[in-house]
Amino acid sequence: MDFSFNEVQTMLSDSVEKFIANEYDFESRQKYSASALGYSAEVWMKFAELGWTAIPFSEDDDGFDGGPIESMVMMQQFGRGLVVEPYLANVVMAGGILRRVASKAQKMKWLHPIIAGELQAALALVEPQSRYELADVMTTAEADGDNWLINGQKGVVFNGGNAGLLIVPARTSGDRTSMDGITLFAVGGMADGVSRHRYPTVDGHQAAEIHLRNVSVGNDAVLGNVDDGLSTLEAVIGEATLAVCAEAVGIMRTMTDKTVEYSKNRVQFGVPIGSFQALQHRMVDMLTACEQSYSLLLWASMANADGTDEARRSISALKYHIGTAGQKVGQEAVQLHGGMGVSWDVDIAHYFKRLTAIGQMFGNADWHLDQLAD
Amino acid sequence: MHVTFSDKELAFRDEVRAFFRDEMPEGIAKKQRQGVPLDRDDYIRFQKALYEKGWFGYNWPVEYGGTGWSVVQKFIFLTEMAQADAPVIIPFGLGMVGPVIYTFGTEEQKQRFLPDILASNVWWCQGYSEPGSGSDLASLKTRADRAGDYYIVNGTKTWTTLGQHADWIFCLVRTSTEVARRQEGISFLLIDMKTPGISVTPIITIEGDHEINEIHFEDVKVPVENLVGEEGKGWTYGKVLLEHERTGTAGVARTKYRLQKLREQAGRAIRGATPLSNDRNFMRKLAATEVELKALEFTELRTLAAVASGKAPGPESSILKFKGTELQQATDELYVEAAGYYALPYVPDQYVLDFPDADRVGEGAETKSSLRYFNFRKASIYGGSNEIQKNIVAKHVLGL
Repeated sequence: MDFSFNEVQTMLSDSVEKFIANEYDFESRQKYSASALGYSAEVWMKFAELGWTAIPFSEDDDGFDGGPIESMVMMQQFGRGLVVEPYLANVVMAGGILRRVASKAQKMKWLHPIIAGELQAALALVEPQSRYELADVMTTAEADGDNWLINGQKGVVFNGGNAGLLIVPARTSGDRTSMDGITLFAVGGMADGVSRHRYPTVDGHQAAEIHLRNVSVGNDAVLGNVDDGLSTLEAVIGEATLAVCAEAVGIMRTMTDKTVEYSKNRVQFGVPIGSFQALQHRMVDMLTACEQSYSLLLWASMANADGTDEARRSISALKYHIGTAGQKVGQEAVQLHGGMGVSWDVDIAHYFKRLTAIGQMFGNADWHLDQLAD
Repeated sequence: MHVTFSDKELAFRDEVRAFFRDEMPEGIAKKQRQGVPLDRDDYIRFQKALYEKGWFGYNWPVEYGGTGWSVVQKFIFLTEMAQADAPVIIPFGLGMVGPVIYTFGTEEQKQRFLPDILASNVWWCQGYSEPGSGSDLASLKTRADRAGDYYIVNGTKTWTTLGQHADWIFCLVRTSTEVARRQEGISFLLIDMKTPGISVTPIITIEGDHEINEIHFEDVKVPVENLVGEEGKGWTYGKVLLEHERTGTAGVARTKYRLQKLREQAGRAIRGATPLSNDRNFMRKLAATEVELKALEFTELRTLAAVASGKAPGPESSILKFKGTELQQATDELYVEAAGYYALPYVPDQYVLDFPDADRVGEGAETKSSLRYFNFRKASIYGGSNEIQKNIVAKHVLGL
């Protein structure tokens, strides 16, 4: 048992922190978010140059061989900076699938360009009816000679509008919610039969509703084995859950810091509002929530890095906690900022919205608590 | 960064586990199993067994007879102690006055007091609160007036836990009123409970037990060599002690054990009822408490790791105190809920050794759940109430 970060992890954390501090202020973030692309292509190339897009991939794939700990230190800083670049969708989710099951040729075609910063990809995980059940897949893929014909609808696909590559789980056998019978397909974002309705999300990111109508792909588009996609999805979503939780911890800490600072400067009744005990105790509760969430983040990241038998449970514990404590911290930060907290031009509002969005991803607090109650 | 134990740590765990399994003094495990309250002698025998093993000073530096263990070793030790359902260590000597003496005491005081603390030859109690000074501790009025080589102590200390068993008491007393701040002019005195002029009055707590006391001092003569550190600086020493106390009161290992037992119990059909594990509401509350406790376990480990790297337990220990006690109390509530109607019978007399099962009301220690629940309302009040802890964090951590 050892709680210290190694040199590489510390350097990674420092370099992301420095980048955020020097090159990613709130005004720039807002500008990137409001652009047609929804993020900065220039910043994304910078991520690739700095090697951040290579973090989770193996050295064989020209990656950095990073694991949950590296992801954790980086995502926390992304949270602090409220980064809108699609790292989660592109590197963690789509990259996570490719890293696990893509063939050598498929990796050359899709994974290497992702690492190089040249390809945007998305995992079309959600369907309008599926909520948080990964096995609930209505989209179908039927064999058609040497090809597959894909039909169905995917919803709220992060980075789906920009993606040159869509990874589409589709049902190749079984009933709507069967564990077996889900196959992962690589589909071009502009392929015939793909129509996309892209839109911004409340947290300043982008997503898309995607319709697939008789989309034809070859056998070389099958990622991993036919009918065997669910366990890959589960592993990737576990990783993605850890990543958004780390981001959330960064956001929670930033909101708490900013609220404490604001309460020292905001004068009402002739004194800083931070001198009121009623508010002090609430800020202590915010701090405690951050510390507790961070502790679970450490536990879950280590349990997954070490592959202990608590790995899966730890993710649910963490996501449940982030869902409840994060909501509390977010609401309190807004409340203590008063009118400023509900102003579009003040950053606290946008931290709150991202935290709220994270709360709904990959299983909300109730869903994860249910996993733990069994 | 690793959550798993190294081979060395695993070997240490096995050694500790074996000790608590095989070397507990006669009869103690049985009392614990049956929910029979331990007496003074039981605690001393238990602590002496640890002392003879060389483990009682688990939290002390080697130079004062402690183990000098790493954070992980201490964690393993406390975890195994709880998992074996061993008694708790009485904190007043080992956890409180001991560290104050080895940090601020004279060489002579260290030699005089520390060995007896380690060997559990002397039972200490704590003289902080007074009838008029609870959360506002600095308003304390017990006086110690210098007269030659003695202080003459007058006043009343209260809420003194297990003071009826104590040989010695450590007290915060006022040695001067001519001060700019009330925190000045307070001194830290060690007082032999056998000194003439001391009397002990029991206070019966909510669940009906005699656990705490009022201690009266009437012209009690205390030699000046029993002053720890400088006269008038007692507040500083007392605060250090409280920080140690708070780090210890989180009780994570113990609560973890109790939640595990509760989960096991929830899976059983008691009196033919549907197992509680079928009750979604209950299981969700249980799971939520487990999550918060797991978080606290790592918050504590992080705090202790910081302490091990040279930092004193600072105001962050306040978070451990209020969070840890909240979770103790949440666990007590779950036990009461699990007992249902059988939380009602007030039958403390059946918690004696080998009470016949045929005469027992309720299963096992079921009827004790509410008594424990009532008793542990104290946890968010003692050691500086949880509201005071939040004041401390607001001031010293958040800088408000």
